[in-house]
Amino acid sequence: MSIAYFPGCTLSTNAKGYDHSGREVARALDIPLTELPNWQCCGATFPLATDNSMAFIAPTRILAQAQKVDGHVTTLCAICFHVLRRTQYFLDHRPEMLERINWFTEEPYEGKMRVSHFLEILRDQITWKGVRERVTNPLKGLKVAPYYGCLLLRPQKEIGLDDSDNPRILHDCLNALGCEAVDFPYQDECCGSYLLVSKPELPQKLAESILLSARKHGAQAIVTACPLCQFNLDYPQRLGGGGHMAQGGLPVLYFTQLMAVALGLEPASWGMESHYIDPRPLFANPKG
Amino acid sequence: MVDRALVIGAGIAGIQASLDIANSGYEVVLVEKEPSIGGHMAQLSETFPTLDCSQCILTPRTVEVGHHENIQLYTYSEVESIDRDEPSGDFLVRIRRRAAYVNWDLCTGCGECQEKCPYKAESWFERGIGRRKVVYTLSPQAVPNKPVIDAEHCVYLQSKWELSAGRVPAAIGAKGNPAKPKCGACAKFCPTGAIDFDQQDTIIEERVGAVIVATGYDLFPMAKLPEYGGGRIPDVIDGLAFERLLAASGPTSGKVVRPSDGKVPREVVFIQCCGSRDPEHGMPYCSKICCMYTAKQAILYKHRVHDGQAYVFYIDVRAGGKGYEEFLNRAQVEDGVVYLRGKVSKLFREDGKIIVKGVDTLSSRMVEIEADLVVLATAVIPRIGNSRLAEVIGLTLDEQGCFNADNEEFNPMASNVPGVFLAGAALGSKDIPETVAQASGAAAKVLSLFQGRKLKDKVEAYE
Repeated sequence: MSIAYFPGCTLSTNAKGYDHSGREVARALDIPLTELPNWQCCGATFPLATDNSMAFIAPTRILAQAQKVDGHVTTLCAICFHVLRRTQYFLDHRPEMLERINWFTEEPYEGKMRVSHFLEILRDQITWKGVRERVTNPLKGLKVAPYYGCLLLRPQKEIGLDDSDNPRILHDCLNALGCEAVDFPYQDECCGSYLLVSKPELPQKLAESILLSARKHGAQAIVTACPLCQFNLDYPQRLGGGGHMAQGGLPVLYFTQLMAVALGLEPASWGMESHYIDPRPLFANPKG
Repeated sequence: MVDRALVIGAGIAGIQASLDIANSGYEVVLVEKEPSIGGHMAQLSETFPTLDCSQCILTPRTVEVGHHENIQLYTYSEVESIDRDEPSGDFLVRIRRRAAYVNWDLCTGCGECQEKCPYKAESWFERGIGRRKVVYTLSPQAVPNKPVIDAEHCVYLQSKWELSAGRVPAAIGAKGNPAKPKCGACAKFCPTGAIDFDQQDTIIEERVGAVIVATGYDLFPMAKLPEYGGGRIPDVIDGLAFERLLAASGPTSGKVVRPSDGKVPREVVFIQCCGSRDPEHGMPYCSKICCMYTAKQAILYKHRVHDGQAYVFYIDVRAGGKGYEEFLNRAQVEDGVVYLRGKVSKLFREDGKIIVKGVDTLSSRMVEIEADLVVLATAVIPRIGNSRLAEVIGLTLDEQGCFNADNEEFNPMASNVPGVFLAGAALGSKDIPETVAQASGAAAKVLSLFQGRKLKDKVEAYE
């Protein structure tokens, strides 16, 4: 039974490393992903004006497309996941809106899709024990701060991926890979999101407090499941060196990239070519 | 029909109602589930807006209840069932008196057992601020001044029960005699032999003609506020815990210190509406007492720690009541309490401080305070036991779990069951003056019921 994979725009452009490492990890763990044919942008923000049916057309069309692939669609991008999961929840609870949207779209959505984040497939189908068994290069001694951000977890009632106030899913993933998950109070703070475009100084400030807090708690790297979080934390460190940012830079990786390393995949599968702070030195001297 | 009343709950509402009825010459059966009476008011340090010592104004009333010839007091007891006896219309009440493991007829209240008991346990009454002995009374002014043994934490009782179940008690170390229960210090030192480890629960039956339900309130548990630490940060406490810190008879003798390290807090943040007015937490209502008690606590903190700074985060301040608004102004003007209009989004512990992240909506700025202590004004919620009691009596509850009045506007003390009346926070959050007024109202309802019957009998006799 295959799972429809929706890469989304960012993973096809700025976050190719996430997409690439994610596909490689899925292959290594025998997760049968089939890229959703003929997909388009999910809309990138969940429409909060709930009477605006136009804004729901893009994500609904993705759900309708995915119906054809065994009723289960998964994403890596936390933003796409957020939009699709909330759209699915919304349409399940507002049948009259579903009917209205279905007038527009050529293929009606029947409202029975399962939308998951790739992390959920790992947790629920492969299980962390299963992941641990496949690890050939345990990242022993590596201290990593799991950074959840907002969109992966909230709002709790609609997303329900994990306890939004005390999330464990990335912690468990990191532990399965053999590294040490570092708790830090900024793990679910906002990275500033799209304000990067209109008020770039704001995400910079937020990134600073997140990075400094992670470093203070002993992290050697940060993992995230969101391309925007990754960018907002990585990009402000581009000038590198000393300065007020974390000294020497704190690499910000996708969890799939760390998995690729731990699963013993070739460096070509890691997708770490385009980071501002290169994470590869972390793995330069593999132990054992 | 008998002219006796049952009052359930001996907080300030139940005490006031009982005294009013008893002083009018009728008998009262007063049932309290805790070992001593006084309810939440016995936990408080001072009351608003007069800053009276709570214990001092309460004690004359508790003592009067304890000695009143018309009041039959059952503490450490709960109402098991209430049945209507037809055709008399009386209520037949079954009361379960929990085993105290102390024979109160023999006990003189000397306190020797509490002195000698070597074990301590967490206490509901002290709200985690201090631990009490396993054999205890709630306070030095307890009425009745008779201790109970907390069976769950009593090493003797636990090991005794383990032995009788044929197991080796965990509490008995390598040195102890495995065939004998351990400890028993209280029994050894009790001068009157009042400790009775074989005591059982007893069932008492009473016949009454009217009932007043005055079961009071609870506070919303901090564990359900994960954004405020979920109860896992020792220096984030709730309003009642701060009362215990302030109380002269409390675990710290009124010294305001941090639970984590015993240091005097220099910056204290008070957060109002923790759960209240928050539909997300299922409590869309205002808890009504928090604005005032927070102001009081901030004032009292300043009186204890002169160079300290108190901050209050609020949504808006509700100070309707005689002298209330003036009291609030006093907090701000005389005691320099900083009021910040906005909510706190999260707080966390870092380097021994509590980092409080909030917003001041009046200056449109994010605020970050490095606090030593945070006090949460958690929502006032109905007692968890309300639903059982409602079932027993046939009362109805609102969607929050508070008892419904027969008519909120014109008959707020009567319940949906004839002869059963309501008083105090069991109907919804109330401060002390309002509670006392309502309790007297409920007592008047009971008295007019009794008097009305007498009058009717007289008229019938005349005719």
